[in-house]
Amino acid sequence: MEPWVEPAIRLGFPLFLLVVTYFIGSAVERRHQRDLQRREQRSRNLPALTFQTPPEDWQIEESALVTGSVVISIDYFKRFLAGLRGLVGGRVASYESLLDRARREALLRMKERAFDSGFGAVVNVRLETSRLASSSRRGQGTSGVEVLAFGTALKLSRA
Amino acid sequence: MKLSNTETIPGHTIREFYGVVSGSTVRAKHVGRDLMAGLKNLVGGELKGYTELLQEARQEAVDRMVEQAQSVGANAVVNVRFSTSSVTQGAAELFAYGTAVRVD
Repeated sequence: MEPWVEPAIRLGFPLFLLVVTYFIGSAVERRHQRDLQRREQRSRNLPALTFQTPPEDWQIEESALVTGSVVISIDYFKRFLAGLRGLVGGRVASYESLLDRARREALLRMKERAFDSGFGAVVNVRLETSRLASSSRRGQGTSGVEVLAFGTALKLSRA
Repeated sequence: MKLSNTETIPGHTIREFYGVVSGSTVRAKHVGRDLMAGLKNLVGGELKGYTELLQEARQEAVDRMVEQAQSVGANAVVNVRFSTSSVTQGAAELFAYGTAVRVD
């Protein structure tokens, strides 16, 4: 074997992985964003409020706790970019987009679940974010973030 | 059992307070799921296995909280909160707590 083959493989594989995950990762992200937009349009008439108590003129028949959650991760290429960004500081746009998508997805799941059970509104909506530590690399690598959205769903009777 | 994360059960009046009730569970992910998630981690996107795992675990925490509330004679839990913490490598604690009350 030629002496340059081994370093070429060592360097080539991560580069190849970066290129491949760049394309697949961007496609996955774009598809998710389109899907979110479509579903947000559809669930627009179900209000989700962060108010503690519902407005006084609402006639409430029934209530229940509803939750929606998602675990989502970033692709290898963007993680690499974010690592570089960590050297110079500044906005880490790739993680901003990841968290934005996760929150919207969790909210949507909560709303969809409320809607499917016949509820008309959700009050006291809260969002919680937590990092899942990966079991490899001594828990250093982030294997994903979980966003949980929860609130009290209300069944309203029109007075 | 009525659950709510507001300070009352909307449309009901609280008659009696029984104090804090809580439920928790510590879960580890299994190797198969971890392997799939590792691959999924390369291309990004939802890690469905983990979403389900955490959902099941959280449900169990809520069930335990409800059990505790029933044992003290409550018929509702208000102001329910959730919290998640990684206690050790590859395992997470899901915790649910709230105030057990009796409503009409």
